[in-house]
Amino acid sequence: MYIIIIGGGKVGYYLARALLDEGHEILVVEKDPDRNEFICGELGSVCVRGDGCEVATLTEVGTGRADMFIAVTGDDEDNLVACQVAKHKFNVPQTIARTSNPKNETIFKTLGIDVTVSSTNIILEHIEKEVPTHPMTHLLDIKDKGLEIVEVKIPPNATTIGKAVKELKLPKESVLSLIIRSRKKPIVPTASTVLQAEDQIIAVTTPESEEALRTALRGS
Amino acid sequence: MPPARLYYIINILLGEFAIMKVVIMGCGRVGARLAGLLDIEGHSVTILDTDAYSFRRLAPEFGGTALMGNGVEEESLKKAGIEEADAFVALTQGDNRNVMAAQIAKHIFNVPRVLCRIYDPLRRELYNTLGIETFSPTTIFAQMLKEKLEVEE
Repeated sequence: MYIIIIGGGKVGYYLARALLDEGHEILVVEKDPDRNEFICGELGSVCVRGDGCEVATLTEVGTGRADMFIAVTGDDEDNLVACQVAKHKFNVPQTIARTSNPKNETIFKTLGIDVTVSSTNIILEHIEKEVPTHPMTHLLDIKDKGLEIVEVKIPPNATTIGKAVKELKLPKESVLSLIIRSRKKPIVPTASTVLQAEDQIIAVTTPESEEALRTALRGS
Repeated sequence: MPPARLYYIINILLGEFAIMKVVIMGCGRVGARLAGLLDIEGHSVTILDTDAYSFRRLAPEFGGTALMGNGVEEESLKKAGIEEADAFVALTQGDNRNVMAAQIAKHIFNVPRVLCRIYDPLRRELYNTLGIETFSPTTIFAQMLKEKLEVEE
């Protein structure tokens, strides 16, 4: 594959190195002459000096035949514009942008970027998974349907312990799929299943009713 | 109150002009001047800049709101009242910042009128086709100078 990387900082450099090892054709676009020289010195002539948001630069590096376009500069707005130029002017099939502000992940998606990676969000997700006291963990996004699969743990002091599923005020968009009890086999919950302390509940929900689901399951 | 302003306010009261709520991003020379012009006509203006020192460019009689904040961040735009705005104008020095803020205003907050300055003529052309009203001072000014030169004195 021919892959163009915008931004020859640390992320861009290591990405280029890894992709070169996998046998892809790589080109890095970097503004800074020192960084440019460094990358060419380390990886061979795979770095071009220029502004990755400019149509002229992108024409020069043959963006029209690129299979993938990855923008990993430190500025969210530059990454957005570079990807949009690649997509709309050069019809690159796959565009990937890096964002620092996690909120930009949804914004970029709305604005037509194929994949958005927010390092801040990735670190946050890891914290959620690793910290056991965290009330709700994201397990999976079902992207095109606007749904997600989450895990909720019932703490020993929850006011919902002893209540049956039908007594809970679950939001309409949420479905309880599975209850995992310690050292027993998983249970598919029915309306009469009674919640116990330390239950792990796997549920499908929309991101908007996440908070309501958490409150319904754990009490306030 | 300056007489010009009084004139416009009377006309607004008479229903001759409609008041617009305008959010401007970037309080440079152009941004500050536009804010002043709209304010005098009685429109409701909020101007955003990341540097409070830029607000020195606003006239002392400016009656709108000057707000410190970054226009590419949703929260700052909300604080500036983007949700009720009739128009948004992006006028920072960075083309990409302008383009990103303009797209957020248009596609996330559905602002009816979005204007955006883009110095780079090629990028301007692209975003114009993507549905944003864009202006390149580079093209406009170069064209104007050329026409001036062609006209004999």
